[in-house]
Amino acid sequence: MISLENVFKRYSDDVAVGPVTLDIPRGGVTALVGPNGAGKSTVLTMIGRLQDPDAGTIRVGGHDVARTPSKTIAKVLSILRQENHFVTRLTVRQLVGFGRYPHSRGRLTAEDERHISQAVEFLNLGELQDRFLDQLSGGQRQRAYVAMVLAQDTDYVLLDEPLNNLDMQHSVQMMKQLRRAADELGRTIVIVLHDINYAAHYADRIVAMNDGRLSEVGPPEEIVRGEVLSRIFNTPVEVVDGPQGRPVCVYF
Amino acid sequence: MSETLTRSGAAADTRRTGPFATTSGRRRYAVVLGVLVVLALLATYGILGYGNKADFMSRQWVTIAGLRIETVVVILVVAFCQSFATVSFQTATQNRILTPSIMGFESMYVAIQTAAVFFLGISGVTLLDGPARFFLQSGIMVLMAVLLYSWLLSGRFGNLHIMLLVGVVIGGGLGSLSTFMQRLLEPNEFDVLSARLLGSISNASTENLPYVIPVCLVTGVAIWLRSRRMNLMALGRDATNNLGLNHRRELMTTLLLVSIMMAMTTSLVGPMTFLGFLVATLAYSLTDTYDHRLVLPVAFLAGYTVLALAYFVLRNVFYAGGAVTIIVELVGGIVFLTVLLRKGRL
Ligand SMILES: Nc1ncnc2c1ncn2[C@@H]1O[C@H](COP(=O)(O)OP(=O)(O)O)[C@@H](O)[C@H]1O
Ligand SMILES: [Mg+2]
Repeated sequence: MISLENVFKRYSDDVAVGPVTLDIPRGGVTALVGPNGAGKSTVLTMIGRLQDPDAGTIRVGGHDVARTPSKTIAKVLSILRQENHFVTRLTVRQLVGFGRYPHSRGRLTAEDERHISQAVEFLNLGELQDRFLDQLSGGQRQRAYVAMVLAQDTDYVLLDEPLNNLDMQHSVQMMKQLRRAADELGRTIVIVLHDINYAAHYADRIVAMNDGRLSEVGPPEEIVRGEVLSRIFNTPVEVVDGPQGRPVCVYF
Repeated sequence: MSETLTRSGAAADTRRTGPFATTSGRRRYAVVLGVLVVLALLATYGILGYGNKADFMSRQWVTIAGLRIETVVVILVVAFCQSFATVSFQTATQNRILTPSIMGFESMYVAIQTAAVFFLGISGVTLLDGPARFFLQSGIMVLMAVLLYSWLLSGRFGNLHIMLLVGVVIGGGLGSLSTFMQRLLEPNEFDVLSARLLGSISNASTENLPYVIPVCLVTGVAIWLRSRRMNLMALGRDATNNLGLNHRRELMTTLLLVSIMMAMTTSLVGPMTFLGFLVATLAYSLTDTYDHRLVLPVAFLAGYTVLALAYFVLRNVFYAGGAVTIIVELVGGIVFLTVLLRKGRL
């Protein structure tokens, strides 16, 4: 379980995120949604201890992320930020190999190689694995980054807008794969999503943020309603019945 | 991840993830290493044996070579410090352009030396001499450098470019401050200072070698043992923290080791602004790997080869052994500008 207690972060006099109190149960896919600047990335990076909150405590799987050694946390949770750029020239496979660092400390064993191969296969990167990252399209690179955090083999996986740059096919594929990782392996996936329709379709829980605070938390059936979404996104949203009786949000 | 996740089963299990992307990369590395070793040996033989009429390895030959061996040792130490410090620094700051020298590590050393003479006078600075002075001065420099650069690199500037720019300006400022204080010195004070400061390969402060060598060896081993951590650190703060290293602690440790290396080389031959840049750039373009255990030796060998060849040619062809640093700086500076203009960004 991930639990946040009165977590607060102040950037400047008029920009602050929190206080946020929230429990995300173990297992399943939790989508974090909200307009730009709502504080989704801030909350996610604080859970992933890449940023320190000014107040409050965050526990992941029983570990207080501020107190527990980074080494231990790295075997419990992995996080991928919204933007990534590396100076080092790496191939896809080398990058994914770095995901094994918490387990191997840089000396890859046969076991590590197996995890790397699986993560590469999982994201359909087999043919691209010996390409350098700078020879890939944005979407392919994005998949390589996700493969890296999956190779880390942690119970909790935090992803900040991993569908960025992905085309329709790969967005759907990625969501299906993350769904499988949650269902078949019991991973707990927390994902920031841009498109509410993906959240409606693939998530077990939706956490909506607005203006630095939580505004709604609940299963998709409760959140994906015209008046609720209109309030969260400050824009008129209509929810209609889509194929297979699932709701589809229309906002244009 | 368990087996259930794989699409094509365990077929890919035999793959190895190595530091080279291709086998030709590995072969190229071996060739580069071999060529550098041969060049380094030739240059060393040239320095020790050029114009040495006695039979190779005869007693007379060895006597003459012995008189020149100090130069070789100085070149070894300088190349070692500059290459290890620059590669580590570039990894810690995630850039391939700026180096400790360009950011003013050496200017700081010069400023400390100058300030000592300026404020304490000759009698003050000669009170302390020998190892005590050496370690005190190096200690102060390392302390100041770690304080200044950890403040600078702590992320308060948010943006790498601004931070590095501030570093360059501080470096330049310290240089001007030293020059200013030197202008105000009495002539005899200035003499004492320049005897300590203005080193060169052929006129190095070799009296420091007995302390410099062990310090360099220990620091070099420490950097070497941190290679795998540095491989990770090169991916940046977030990736480093995510994968279980404390980035702040790693950065501080790296800065400490870098400052020690820079203090050692500066105490021998004075500032060399572009050597580190030249050597690191050469190493990265020759090796094309992320692994520091492969990059560091190439950088060191490249540094030694460049310095030794330059020394040999200048001394024996142009009779200007004292100009080595000037020439290497000129070449390094030109390469720096070329890389900067070609990349068009930091
Ligand atoms: N490093 C920062 N410095 C100052 N303000 C920031 C910083 N990062 C984010 N903010 C501000 O905090 C708020 C929340 O940002 P963020 O968490 O990135 O939102 P989201 O991911 O939901 O778009 C925004 O108003 C943003 O401008
Ligand atoms: Mg964001």
